Amino acid sequence: MSVDLAPPRGTSTFHLQLRRFRQNGLSMASVVVLAAIVVLCFLGPYAFPFSGEDADFDFISAPAAFIWPHLFGTDDFGRDLLVRVLEGGQVSLTIGFLGALVAGVIGVLYGAVAGYVGGRTDGFMMRLVEILYGFPYVILVILLSLLFGGGNVALFSAIVFTLWLTPAVIVRAQAQSLAQREFVQAARAGGMTGPAIVLQHIVPNCMSTVIVYGSLLVPEVILSESFLSFLGIGIKEPQASWGNLIQTGTAAMDSDLRLLLLPGGLLALVLLCLNFIADGLRDAFDPNDR
Amino acid sequence: MLRFIGKRLWHGGLTLAALVTLTFFVMRLAPGGPFSRNRKISPEVQANIEAAFHLDEPIWRQFGRFVWGVLRLDLGPSTRHRDYSVNDLIASGLPYSLTIGFWAVVIAAMVGVALGLAGALRRNSATDYLAGTVGVVGIAIPIFVIGPLLQATFALRLNWLPVGGINDGWRSLVLPVIVLALPNIAYISRLTRTSMIETLRENYVRTARAKGIGWHRVLWRHTLTGALLPVIAYLGPATAAIITGSILIETIFAVPGIGRHFVDAALNRDYPLVMGITLLYGGILILFNIATDVIRAILDPRIRNER
Repeated sequence: MSVDLAPPRGTSTFHLQLRRFRQNGLSMASVVVLAAIVVLCFLGPYAFPFSGEDADFDFISAPAAFIWPHLFGTDDFGRDLLVRVLEGGQVSLTIGFLGALVAGVIGVLYGAVAGYVGGRTDGFMMRLVEILYGFPYVILVILLSLLFGGGNVALFSAIVFTLWLTPAVIVRAQAQSLAQREFVQAARAGGMTGPAIVLQHIVPNCMSTVIVYGSLLVPEVILSESFLSFLGIGIKEPQASWGNLIQTGTAAMDSDLRLLLLPGGLLALVLLCLNFIADGLRDAFDPNDR
Repeated sequence: MLRFIGKRLWHGGLTLAALVTLTFFVMRLAPGGPFSRNRKISPEVQANIEAAFHLDEPIWRQFGRFVWGVLRLDLGPSTRHRDYSVNDLIASGLPYSLTIGFWAVVIAAMVGVALGLAGALRRNSATDYLAGTVGVVGIAIPIFVIGPLLQATFALRLNWLPVGGINDGWRSLVLPVIVLALPNIAYISRLTRTSMIETLRENYVRTARAKGIGWHRVLWRHTLTGALLPVIAYLGPATAAIITGSILIETIFAVPGIGRHFVDAALNRDYPLVMGITLLYGGILILFNIATDVIRAILDPRIRNER
């Protein structure tokens, strides 16, 4: 450990935390790999003269021979495997990051309000969370995606609805102790309204915890999406997602493992990166926790 | 203690009632019905079938009928599996789900705790890194990827084990149990390691050593009980999650358990079967949560005296 010099002017805690995160080699490598996968998924398909839903009848079930244009071969319908996996990645990654963001925002606001207001309101709000926690996750998410009628939006809503609980509980605990602090009391004495205090004092002070747990939400959402698509409840053919591509790969694994390995490997790699990033964020933002 | 258990049971009952009510109305609100896929039947026949299952009654009467059935432990006939009642289907599927779930929990707990302890006692050793790797792999690779991969390797290539089904006795259990246990081995070993390292730093451990108590006795008698508390707290919900999580395992390994029935029933709007399995899963989850709280309260006086 080097001796800590006085930080230069303008270095906030947040900057220090960010610097600590950057010194974590494994996490930074994961950020780079993840960024590369995101760029590949969103820009890669444009490099090919066809889309993932175009069938090429001259190359049906072509093997992975690394020959242009079907680098990893095609599936039973002559659709290019690589392009389908990349397009599936767009769906899975978008749902993952957007879902974690929405679930996080709902959870943070709910928890901040419950913790700040306290009393009966808090008791009622937290009893609701407790009841929802008692529900079997798998059953809830399957039922909700049926209720919303299937499709991307239904899937998204079902996942968000089941995953906002953990951030709510964590933020509520923090908001409870923040509500007693002098600066909050000063704000209240100064005539600040409840909603303004929640948004400008409580929420920003919970941010580092939220970032740590929010980063764990992303892999959870991606996993839920692919899990449901794998069971045939989430995203359906012909639209590709990693879940339904893995399902197709499983059906064909006795003849051709490639259909399973490419989407499965990419999904595992993304989840691995996200977990390493979450670990790094926790070490950087919450050093007492380890 | 009895008051504690009573209160938990009361809350658990409320949660279960909320779950069942929500499920009932969500299923009815979801588009489609149990017989809407049979295109070639005349409206009269359709009406007769629906009347036979009381689907023509107003929804609150159907709900009342369902609640009355639950109180008599009769979950009604399945709308999809003709001639089978929901009780029959659950009775035939539950043993498979429970067997796989039971062994997965036992293996996950034993291997997970052993790996975590080994890692905590010899930090940064080869064992610690092995445990860390298992932890990362188990958490990052989803079971619907690792399951088919193990099937392809051990069943299709090496031919050591059956691909799926239930006809080979214990041999058909090996792969499902390992795949189901793997993510939990990962969580448990991480949890044990962190908690053990923390407990070893506690003052009471140092005091015990200073009093001259031998290292092994301190380890087994003083440290382990404290260190395993979070693991036990995790094991309760995890056991329930393992039993319900078998939905994926049963799909991958073609096991005729209740998890598979649930997905089929939900997709085919088999209302009575969905309700029955939801009730069962919810009950299992809630009971395990209560059991965990009670065991923790027995082991840890801090929780017992909270209220």
